[in-house]
Amino acid sequence: MMMLFKIAFRNILRNRRRSFMTGSAVAAGAMAMLLFGGFTNNIFAGLETNNVQRIGHLTVFRSGYFLFGAGNPAAYGIDKYTEVMNVIEHDPVLAPMIKVITPTQSLVGIAGNFTSDVDASKTFLGVGLVPSNRNRMRQWDPYHTGAGSLPDTRLSDGDQSRGLIGFGLARILGLCGPLKLANCPLIPHTSASEGKGVPVNKDIAGLAKLDTANGANQPGRLPQIELLGATAGGAPNVVTLSVSGVDPQGAKELDDNYIAMPLGLAQQLVYGRGEHKVTGLVLQLNQTRDMPAVRTRLGTLFREHHYDLEVRDFGELTPFYGQVVALFSAIFLFIALVMGIIVLFAVVNTMTMNVMERTNEIGTIRAMGVLRRGIRSQFILEGWIIGAVGATTGAVIAILVGNLVNGAHVTWTPPGNSTAVPLRLAVLGQPALVIGAWIGLVLVATIAALLPASRAARLSVVDALRHV
Amino acid sequence: MTLTLSRRQGEPGQEDTDIPIKALAAVRMNRVSKTYKSGALEVDALRGITAEISYDCFSMVIGASGSGKTTLLNLIGCIDTPTGGDIEICAERPSKLTDNAVSAFRARNIGFIFQNFSLVPVLSAYENIEYPLLLVGMPQAERRRRTLAMLEAVGLERQAGQRPNQLSGGQKQRVAIARALVKGPQIVLADEPTANLDSATGASIIELMRQVQAEFHTTFIFATHDPQLISHADETFVIRDGELLEHRRGGAQ
Repeated sequence: MMMLFKIAFRNILRNRRRSFMTGSAVAAGAMAMLLFGGFTNNIFAGLETNNVQRIGHLTVFRSGYFLFGAGNPAAYGIDKYTEVMNVIEHDPVLAPMIKVITPTQSLVGIAGNFTSDVDASKTFLGVGLVPSNRNRMRQWDPYHTGAGSLPDTRLSDGDQSRGLIGFGLARILGLCGPLKLANCPLIPHTSASEGKGVPVNKDIAGLAKLDTANGANQPGRLPQIELLGATAGGAPNVVTLSVSGVDPQGAKELDDNYIAMPLGLAQQLVYGRGEHKVTGLVLQLNQTRDMPAVRTRLGTLFREHHYDLEVRDFGELTPFYGQVVALFSAIFLFIALVMGIIVLFAVVNTMTMNVMERTNEIGTIRAMGVLRRGIRSQFILEGWIIGAVGATTGAVIAILVGNLVNGAHVTWTPPGNSTAVPLRLAVLGQPALVIGAWIGLVLVATIAALLPASRAARLSVVDALRHV
Repeated sequence: MTLTLSRRQGEPGQEDTDIPIKALAAVRMNRVSKTYKSGALEVDALRGITAEISYDCFSMVIGASGSGKTTLLNLIGCIDTPTGGDIEICAERPSKLTDNAVSAFRARNIGFIFQNFSLVPVLSAYENIEYPLLLVGMPQAERRRRTLAMLEAVGLERQAGQRPNQLSGGQKQRVAIARALVKGPQIVLADEPTANLDSATGASIIELMRQVQAEFHTTFIFATHDPQLISHADETFVIRDGELLEHRRGGAQ
């Protein structure tokens, strides 16, 4: 065996340039796979962090809400939600795995800014939440992406009138000026905005002012908008929201419609003075890998307590996440496939040339008594060594390049994000990726050597000895 | 020089056997023929050769180029198979053995010396000589003893660490001789071993082979087209156009 290794190593060194070129192809393959893999993992981690910070890992809904609830959110609300939360929080199995559990209320309606110089309205897609829980959820960052780790003080549990809106909605409602937003154009003065709608809009603003519970909390300094919605009973309802800032959303459609407000305000708009329910209970876990276990346990709990509830994970609620994962996984596979083919042909070519050049040597050692399998092993081992050295070199270079890029503090805006995040090539932090790419490339190099090695083993001794 | 390269126990030619070595035939050929086919073309390289080659002899196969010398040596060396007739090497019929068994048989019993030396280029002289011993699974200490002894026997102790490309033609052939002999084979086949050497070096190589053959009592079968070398042989086989023309004891006639 030692002689086999000795001959293999020395033959590789003997054809230095050829071995170097082939090893370089393997190294380039390893680098491409690992750097892109690290980049892809960074995207996945960023997307996952973004989603989990916003909507948690799992959301508990009333059964049927996910499929039909958007048509009638009030009918699919969870009543006695504090009782359900209590059951979940105090379950000995779930408690260690859950970081945050918080109620949420989805709502739709019309948002309007009917101040003296602006007259604009827009349908909105709102979410009611508990600001302190939102801040705790924003601190979830196990992948150290550095996204949203600071508490957002613009929303407060103590002030139920303050909310955030999407950057696009702020622009549409003419709040760029009052909110002092950079790169946000002001609404041009048009004749269409004058006259016709004024009486109706003044009525809506007046209705909002009649709402005593909301009006008592107005700070006055913040720009205000009126939110018009329909209660569960079908009656129109209006509340005033003090806009304390913008929360830009990655997708324009959402950014032009988005409003985040305290849960109490959202419930007031949807349920009026009736029973306050919630759309869902958001669960943020300490670790994403606990999702299946938590989901299973929740199902058991709901059956035991006869709750008509269902659980959805963030992947189901944001198909975009799954689409991005699928897209980048497909690109990674494509790159791996291309690199594998390049390595395959490079090694086949090199080993074929080696066999051809050493045909006489093959004949000689076969005549001396080396078995066919000994010849086969010899060339397969050489392919394996080229693959192993190339893949190891590529992995080391990829790790160094990754560290270099990470240290350069480059930022970029990943898909679905509205703000730039640090670009990280997490090569070293992905042992499965490194080991997988290494094994894959070495396997391809070894398999590539198999064909020329088998041909060498099948050579007739006499023909091999005659070869010049 | 103190050199002892014993054969393995229980094999023909073993020195402690009751049967005198020279009474046995190392090679028995009975109407051996070999035909090469190339498409529709058939070439008879050997035609019905019947002969016996004795143990412990320096036998020479002589003939012009294309007469069938190499083919005959290939058959004796078990690296080719006859298309007709029967051949027995060291009391074994290679045609009855599997490919792996034939390889193992070669590893134990047959040494080769080629015209173009055919050393493994990435191995040193020492490693080239040691290589056949690895194939028969010899322990490391014994391998070292035998390899050093052979290096001494062929006068290349100082070149032990040199690769073939650092050796002269004569030195390469000495390494090849040492490699062929180191395992103590029954038969050493040398196919035109002096053809690529100048006359002085060739003569010294013949001298060396004759010397080690006498010392190790190995059966040497030497193929050449040079009639001047006949004087070195114990027995001579003259072949022409694949047929055995003459078999005579002693070379100098």
